[in-house]
Amino acid sequence: MSNPVFERIQADITENPVVLYMKGTAMFPQCGFSARVVQILMHMGVKFKGVNVLEDPGLRDGIKQFTNWPTIPQLYVKGEFVGGCDIVTEMFQSGELESLLTEKGVEFKPAAA
Amino acid sequence: MAMSAGEIEALIRAALPDAQVTIEDLRGDGDHYAATVVSAAFRGKSRVQQHQMVYAALQGRMGGTLHALALQTSPPQD
Repeated sequence: MSNPVFERIQADITENPVVLYMKGTAMFPQCGFSARVVQILMHMGVKFKGVNVLEDPGLRDGIKQFTNWPTIPQLYVKGEFVGGCDIVTEMFQSGELESLLTEKGVEFKPAAA
Repeated sequence: MAMSAGEIEALIRAALPDAQVTIEDLRGDGDHYAATVVSAAFRGKSRVQQHQMVYAALQGRMGGTLHALALQTSPPQD
């Protein structure tokens, strides 16, 4: 793999347990779909690395090819692509996201019952 | 830079002929849609794979011509 963008993505998702490729930053999301995923992760008390694709056009296109996924945001947990906004929302509502994080050994603050 | 619900449905049906497709134009602007796609082809596939199949059916329009398509996919329940 000699594509530098792919190498950078691979390094990011290997070194960080939870990575969110998004438009804008966690503090200032610049797209409603990115904002929704940030909100879910913050609500669950998950620490994540946010990567702003708007700062880097190469990355913005590269991540779409890397994942074979046409849209941003994209959530990675322990190097594995979990989904975009729709899937993450569905998994959060069904409790699957919590199970996945537990299974992968990612620390979070379980929602109060 | 917009697509009609009919066009979206036709593309999905072309790739997944058995699909039951429900499309809602969320804002009435031809640019923000929500689609539910139910197809036997989704059986045994992860959600990511199911969505990738729908995106493939849309032949690169997702994220381009088609700005927002909230997607829910599942195999038929029975």
